[in-house]
Amino acid sequence: MIGQACEFDYSGTQACKVLRREGYRVVLVNSNPATIMTDPEFADATYVEPLTVEILEKVIARERPDALLPTVGAQTALNLAVALEEHGVLERYGVQLIGANTRAIRIAEDRQLFKATIESHGLRCPKGETVRTVEQALALAEQIGYPVLIRPSFTLGGSGGGVAHNADELRERCARGLRESPVHEVLIEQSVLGWKEYELEVMRDRNDNFVVVCSIENLDPMGIHTGDSITVAPAMTLTDKEMQRLRDMARVVMRAVGVETGGSNVQFAVNPRTGEALVIEMNPRVSRSSALASKATGFPIAKIAALLAIGYTLDEIPNDITRKTPASFEPSLDYVVVKYPRWAFEKFPGADATLGPQMKSVGEAMAIGRTFKEALHKAVQSLEIGKTGFVADSAPITEAQLAIPTAQRLFYTFEALRCGMSPQRVHELTGYDPWFIHQFVELLDTERELASHTLDTLPAELLLRAKQHGFGDARIAQLLRSPTTALAVRHKRSTLGIVPAFYRVDTCAAEFESHTPYLYSTYDGFDESQPQFERPKVIILGSGPNRIGQGIEFDYCCVHACYALRELGFETIMINCNPETVSTDYDTADRLYFEPLTLEHVLNVWELESDGGRVPVPVLVQFGGQTPLNLAQQLEAYGVPIWGTPPRAIALAEDRHLFAEVLRELDIPQPDNGTALSIEQAQAVARAIGYPVLVRPSYVLGGRAMGIVYDDDELREYVTEATRVSPTAPVLIDRYLEDAFEIDVDAVCDGRRVTIGGIMQHIEEAGVHSGDSACVLPPFKVSEYHLNIVRDYVERIGLRLEVKGLMNVQLAIKDEVVYVLEVNPRASRTTPFVSKATGVPLAKIAARVAVGQTLDEIGFTEEPKLDGFFVKEVVLPFDKFPGAFVRLGPEMRSTGEVMGHASTFGHAFAKAEMAASNALPLRGSVLISVNNFDKGAITKIARDLQQLGFSILATRGTAEWLKHVGLSVSVVNKVSEGSPHVVDKIAAGEVQLVISTPLGRRAYSDGQLIRAAAIQHKVPLLTTLSAAMAAVQAIRVLRTKDFQVRSLQEHHTLNHARLPKAAAR
Amino acid sequence: MISPALLALEDGTTWPGRGFGHRGETTGEVVFNTAMTGYQEVLTDPSYHGQIVVMTAPHIGNVGVNPEDAESHRPWVAGFVVREASAIASNYRHRQTLHDYLAEHRIVGIEGVSTRALVRHIRAKGAMRGAISSVNLDAERLIAMARASRDMNGADLASEVTCEERYHWVKPIDPAWYVDVPSRQSTAPPVHIVAFDFGMKHNILRLLVAHGARVTVVPAHTSAEEVLALQPDGVFLSNGPGDPAACGYAIETTRRLLGQLPIFGICLGHQILALALGGRTYKMKFGHRGVNQPVRSEGRVEISSHNHGFAVAVESLPPEVQVTHVNLNDGCVEGLAVPSLRAFSVQYHPEASPGPHDSTYLFEAFIRAAREHQRARL
Repeated sequence: MIGQACEFDYSGTQACKVLRREGYRVVLVNSNPATIMTDPEFADATYVEPLTVEILEKVIARERPDALLPTVGAQTALNLAVALEEHGVLERYGVQLIGANTRAIRIAEDRQLFKATIESHGLRCPKGETVRTVEQALALAEQIGYPVLIRPSFTLGGSGGGVAHNADELRERCARGLRESPVHEVLIEQSVLGWKEYELEVMRDRNDNFVVVCSIENLDPMGIHTGDSITVAPAMTLTDKEMQRLRDMARVVMRAVGVETGGSNVQFAVNPRTGEALVIEMNPRVSRSSALASKATGFPIAKIAALLAIGYTLDEIPNDITRKTPASFEPSLDYVVVKYPRWAFEKFPGADATLGPQMKSVGEAMAIGRTFKEALHKAVQSLEIGKTGFVADSAPITEAQLAIPTAQRLFYTFEALRCGMSPQRVHELTGYDPWFIHQFVELLDTERELASHTLDTLPAELLLRAKQHGFGDARIAQLLRSPTTALAVRHKRSTLGIVPAFYRVDTCAAEFESHTPYLYSTYDGFDESQPQFERPKVIILGSGPNRIGQGIEFDYCCVHACYALRELGFETIMINCNPETVSTDYDTADRLYFEPLTLEHVLNVWELESDGGRVPVPVLVQFGGQTPLNLAQQLEAYGVPIWGTPPRAIALAEDRHLFAEVLRELDIPQPDNGTALSIEQAQAVARAIGYPVLVRPSYVLGGRAMGIVYDDDELREYVTEATRVSPTAPVLIDRYLEDAFEIDVDAVCDGRRVTIGGIMQHIEEAGVHSGDSACVLPPFKVSEYHLNIVRDYVERIGLRLEVKGLMNVQLAIKDEVVYVLEVNPRASRTTPFVSKATGVPLAKIAARVAVGQTLDEIGFTEEPKLDGFFVKEVVLPFDKFPGAFVRLGPEMRSTGEVMGHASTFGHAFAKAEMAASNALPLRGSVLISVNNFDKGAITKIARDLQQLGFSILATRGTAEWLKHVGLSVSVVNKVSEGSPHVVDKIAAGEVQLVISTPLGRRAYSDGQLIRAAAIQHKVPLLTTLSAAMAAVQAIRVLRTKDFQVRSLQEHHTLNHARLPKAAAR
Repeated sequence: MISPALLALEDGTTWPGRGFGHRGETTGEVVFNTAMTGYQEVLTDPSYHGQIVVMTAPHIGNVGVNPEDAESHRPWVAGFVVREASAIASNYRHRQTLHDYLAEHRIVGIEGVSTRALVRHIRAKGAMRGAISSVNLDAERLIAMARASRDMNGADLASEVTCEERYHWVKPIDPAWYVDVPSRQSTAPPVHIVAFDFGMKHNILRLLVAHGARVTVVPAHTSAEEVLALQPDGVFLSNGPGDPAACGYAIETTRRLLGQLPIFGICLGHQILALALGGRTYKMKFGHRGVNQPVRSEGRVEISSHNHGFAVAVESLPPEVQVTHVNLNDGCVEGLAVPSLRAFSVQYHPEASPGPHDSTYLFEAFIRAAREHQRARL
């Protein structure tokens, strides 16, 4: 989910670990199966259940806990805690709320209450009041001082708002705002746009001890969500006087809001011209920023917050890194940390790409360097967006490109400076502090010097300076006057002895000895990594910043690989750059390198840990998704041993042409397909196969630029986009299997045997990206006959490819034929889901296979049996992208997942929908609007719903069809037919369920308006008929029998009883 | 501005960098400070007299230098070592860049040094003497210079930094920087505090005034009789540089004042009080310098500002002395009190500047004691 991602897995995992160590019985409730924290060994009872009051009450009634800790689970958990108290659940069962009280949660969440509370304690928030006339607005603006913000009350997406710099502008904009507001009110507020933005991560214990763990400065000024800002720690442009004042203010805020113990995040705006400081908001819980702060400082905020909640004080908790000093101190950093968000606007055509108060990024990378310059450069290399440095995609740069915040703005800024725009002008347009802009200028100076040299003439002094400024070898190779390669630069560096030194993140700026190898590279000399050569060791490559298609699931797998290999006595070495993860906790692997996942940085670590290549350390690439796989061949070519599935097998599976050969050889059917290098070729292939076809570039994850096309024109458009995405790879064209069942299989192969972990059936039909489709384990509509064919194919493919570790196979069944669509010889998105459902830790087993154990030795030789049904449903971010086209298709768009489990499919599906904030109604009205293809199939669904007592609303075309088959239907106007129309009905709350299937790819139809309205008004929405069918089934069972809750541990007893001990561990 | 420079230590190690600030040579005891903000306060703290300060924070000088943040009338450090000195200053209050400020005051700086490695070296080997040159990079010569420079042990540096004549201080802290502005008891008459200047930081004086004091600052060598003739309600012993044991004159004066009126000491003042009470001080391996040190007093932890290379030996203190504050990192004595003599002191810096404002209550306590004394006297 955007705005709430795996950083809360990190915090929840830390809390679970430490609370259990303290002897508590921990009951965990979380609907997300892709998390480490929901691993059965992290809690005594783990409920992967929807996070609703109803379900929570059932869990509380079963488990009768003494206390509830909501502060490590994001805003969702805080809101639930408040709701549980309001419903009297906590009182009824005698549950004490710890870590925060509901008063504090309410104050922090309610803007007006927060402001009043803060001001009553002598601090200031931006001034503002609600007015009903232009005259009132003018009088107020005189008091506040221009510029002022105009925010009309209750308009959607803040429409009608704006900034006024003087009375004339205010008159005009306020009048418009009043007109647009349904209640004719606008809020006139002091504008802090362009002010500097800071955050303090603070902690407080029951003795009122208070520490600032980290200060964070946003490079982007006020006005952009901090999750969408490039941020720097520690703050770079504050005097001590200013910093201590913010510290005092944070302390007052914490007391005023009433956070008695735990961590909070307090945000400030500081006027760069006067130093005036205002409180913007606070979060009385761990947050995305506190995850960042924990990684940036080595101070584990979530773990310590959990300990404070159960009554410890800061001075009673030791600092793990120094071992001899306590947690009651403020970390001192002798390095700079830069966090860079990663966006996915290319996935949401139509969405507004301007950054503002609504967070839009889907992940982030963090980089550590000795200087801001080095950290910034490492951050951009960590992003995996195809950039090695600060180069804009287009030139020349317009002033608007600097003034309007977008994902590209920093690149534009560099380009503008490169082209001679003055730093002063850049400052005026962007609002970046002049100090940062000067750092950019210094980077560009170095860049210019590099560009005047060839590799041969490049002086050692300049090369060293470039490395100290964070330039990657690849970037240096690009800049040099004569063409050369990153590896040639690397070679030159090593002959000159310019190699990185690894420094420790130690919380104390080297004042005390560090006992934790949490490392980052820099070029200051004096390496302090102290690699060990006693035990066998292995490097595990992480998955980098979260993005659509590569999220927490892969971190889960990396962490499991660490745990498994640690148990086997290996020294585990993790390389990753995502601060939101469990893999970047300093106690997950034996050694943590917080580095970009580029060839250069991975080789640096490998050479160090391999004693310059003399003791080659094996590297595992199959757990971190596509990121490490993309490096596998280059690493192997450099002489790095890759353990597990060999890179040639990976290439075999990824190369459609070679893979088609393999399937032919194995006599396994595959949809007709072909590859093309040009548009003409593509059209020829498509015609030969027959439209519709599925088109995609090779080597992609998350179906980037994948599409279903119905004719030559659509194909032309798609191929143009696809070839732009990966210019060196051919375009792949497959026959599109309409109305097929899709099957996903996760399995482990040791080269001799394949054991299936789980077979899942997609609920959405083929054509919806597997990452966006709900799925059910075990399949509920596939015959044993077909399942056996599936098993046979998976086994033969695994053995043929010589997979050593995890593999994921996607298949489709159409007209009694089982087709293999795709094989990924690596961890998959569904690995954690299958592991949660079966209780079999697939990633751990795969890690053991990768280091040479056989499945026989491990004792995992049989496909696990399941008790009941497990449904995985996806979480889609359409509500964050107003204007984006709402539909599911072959390009993945989801950003998260939930799991529902129960003894019947219907209950499991209903729970999954509930957990995905799409809770199915039991009665009311259902709106049906389907395209012509779907009209036949909708009949049964509509009839069933009517039998279940739903009244049916439909747009004209659908209604006529339904009437024609004898159902009673009320006709609703399409939007184009005028009010009262379908969107009005949704807005008025007259619709409890929407079934709307999209038509065509580009059609801007009424359907799109309906779906957007459903999302906006939070009405459950089903966009495919198969999901609608599943929903009907779910509603039916729900009406006869209520939900039950059961912990994973209880589920797993069944499987564990059957599995040999080793495999279940 | 970019010219090579070299830092050499007495143990023979050398640390190359580039010169900034004044181009020249300097010697001093090399110590490190872990504060991430407040380099201007560090530069102007007289307690750093005779010391070459290494900042662990890599970017120094970003916010330039301004008149209000100075802790005395000039910078005192013997030399300044940083990883990267900012070429520009960016802050609405700045008047000068760091480079220009150091050049104006003839302070030799060196940047581009592997400061973390240097700090680890000092942590392992202890604080030692060093020499910086940005004019002559002959390593042997610089090492010899370092070895020939003054030893901190036994050095009375307070005499070198104290004021020449006594003066009155009237300026309180600027309330803009404090959220809980210390309330000046306007109704009550001010108490008269005589403050010994062993290397006084201005924020101490500002806080004394803000809490309701009329302050007379006196030179380090002022006698007990002279002090008593001023009819103070309390005596303050300031921070300062050097070896406390070398300040026999101040120890003697303090001994004679003990019990006659409330006494409050900070840093060197704390050490002098301990020595006057019969305790002993020792030189620490590399001391405490930073703004993040946890000190516990009566169950509460203060995050405190530190700058000391000497400390009071706990076992040397007579039984009537209570240890009131302890450093949680290393157990070092950070505060003591003798209630019967109305004397107390802290090793750290409750005036902050730089650092957190957790400990201003000590000024309140001192002024309260002085007020009681005043009441009894009148």
